[in-house]
Order: sequence, then C-alpha cells, then structure tokens
Amino acid sequence: MKSIIRFIPLILFVLLGVLLYRGLFLNPQAMPSAMIGKPLPDFQLPMLKATDKMVGREDLKGNIVLLNVWATWCIQCKYEHPYLLDIIKDKRIKLYGLNFTDDHSAALRWLKQYKDPYVFSIFDEQGALGLDIGVFGAPETFVIDHTGIIRKRFAGPINTQVWNNEFLPLIETIEAEMSQDES
Amino acid sequence: MYNTVINYALVFKRVFGFAFVCIVLSAFGLTSANASPVDTFEFSDEVTESRFHVLSKELRCPKCQNQNLADSNSKIAVDLRKNLYNLLQEGKSDQEIIDFMVYRYGDFVLYRPPLKEQTYILWFGPIVILLSFFLGVVFVLRKRSKLKANELDLSAEEQTNLNDILNKK
Repeated sequence: MKSIIRFIPLILFVLLGVLLYRGLFLNPQAMPSAMIGKPLPDFQLPMLKATDKMVGREDLKGNIVLLNVWATWCIQCKYEHPYLLDIIKDKRIKLYGLNFTDDHSAALRWLKQYKDPYVFSIFDEQGALGLDIGVFGAPETFVIDHTGIIRKRFAGPINTQVWNNEFLPLIETIEAEMSQDES
Repeated sequence: MYNTVINYALVFKRVFGFAFVCIVLSAFGLTSANASPVDTFEFSDEVTESRFHVLSKELRCPKCQNQNLADSNSKIAVDLRKNLYNLLQEGKSDQEIIDFMVYRYGDFVLYRPPLKEQTYILWFGPIVILLSFFLGVVFVLRKRSKLKANELDLSAEEQTNLNDILNKK
C-alpha cells in the first residue's frame, strides 16, 4: 500500500507530462467552425468586377462550391493564389471568391496581376457576409455541398498538401453522397 | 537598542516593499488600460454604453487566442466591435447579441462557456482537484495523529540536553 502511494506523484507527473507534450503539437488556430452543418446564409452583395450587379446565394452555382475568402491586405493570400489557379483544374468544384473588407481598385488590380481563379468574386466591403459565416481572417475556404450546406471551413492558405489531405477526401465524400441521392 | 533599530528597519522594509509592489501593479494596470484600442462610438445613453463595455469584455476575439474584443486591435476584433455597436443600436438584447455571435463563431467567443457535456471537465475539474487535495490532507493528518503519543516524547537524555540549553541564560 505504502509503496503504491510513493509512486502517485510520479504517475501524476507522467500523466501531466503526456498531456502537456501532446499540447505542444496541437494547432490553436485550427478551430472548428460553428457554421459546419448549417446552410449558407443568404446575402445580396455586388460582384467585384461589376459592382452594379448584385449576387446572392443562388448565384453560387455548382455541385461542390468552394468559397475562398481573400483580400489584398492578406499576405498569405498571395502565397495561396497559385495553388488556387491549380485547383480549379479539378472540374468537380466551382471556386468563388469572397473579397473581404477590401479596397475595390486594389482588389481589381490583384486579379489582373495574378490572374483570376474565381468564377466571380463577391465584393463584401463591410464584411457582412464574412460575419454571417464566421470569418475571422483571410484566407479561409468554405466547402458547400450540393444541398447548400457548409461542410468545411479551412482557415489558412491552401497548398498542394492541404488540398490533398483536407479537401480531396471531402470532395469524394460529397460526390458519393450525390450519386447516392440520385439513385 | 540595536535590536529596535533592526526591527524598525524590518518594518520599514515591509511597508515600503508592499507600497512598491502596489505601485508596480497599479502601473501595469494603467498601461494595459492605456494600451486598449480606442473607438469613437457615440452612445445615446449610458446604459447602452456600459452594456457595450461589458459585452466587449465578455466576448472573445475569434482570431486572437486570449484577448477579448475590447482589448484586441486585430482587424476582426475591430469589425466585431463595430458590429456589436450596430446590434446595440438596433436594440438587441444582450442574450440576442450573444446568440448572434455564438451562431457564427461557436462557443469559442464566450469567455464563460456554457455548461454542457463537453464542458463538464472545465466547470467541475477545479472543484474535483480541490476536493481531492483536501481529502489527501485529511488522510495524511489522520494517519499522523494515529502515531502513538509517546513516540514523539524525548528520551531522558534528550530532555536533560534540552534543559541544559534552555537554562544556559
């Protein structure tokens, strides 16, 4: 009995050590979005390239919609941009942009300079839609499935590794669900 | 005489040490208050204004790891403060505003997380740890008091030694 008690501090120490050691490898930025499983809220916002034209939820056409939050003040968006040009080669997805609390002319310059990967970009100057879907920074990418439900929010820049690990499996899951719904 | 000087010196040191700590702490308090971002929101009445301050302290900035909306200068915190202000102007209640934020950003935005299954450990963990600590103390003390009283007694030799020391003066 006494010898067991003697080991309690050691056991507690080891348990605490394991807990803290695991904590070292957690990503504190990787937060689950509260919007997952909820429908994309409706909005009425101008298009970036034609501000006199308003777009809404129903204009995001496509079975699997990716909504990429970007802005010219966002440094990591610049890093992400070439990968976006790459992922639109995947014909299963449609990529839309959400230009988030940005300067209009700077945003247009950006698209001209780096090429435009988006079907179109929504110009959200006040961050209204951004707020409604819980955006807390840029870049962020939302995956919306064929039923209009938000399936994923990825905070941070997309690159090949992220695309392969985080997005492709989900796209395949949604594809499978789609073919199931059809039959 | 010498002893009293030392005593005074000690008291002096204590009092000033305490005062020094107070000054340092209050200086920290002041600087952190000064460092908070200043917005130029105008409120029609004081109640709304104080509600704004309470809510912006209660709500956590989603981007920053451990800052509330009031303390953070990040873009999202500035935007959310603006939004909080707008919601207050629209006449939303505190609960409606909190629901609004939680719907979009999840429980993360709350500094006081709701009581539910995932947060039991958060709410009850400290109490459990404290209780087990007290139980441990009680356990040890009871065991100690069970020691035979005479085990603690001095032997005859020790007692004469002690008497010698005490009577030396």
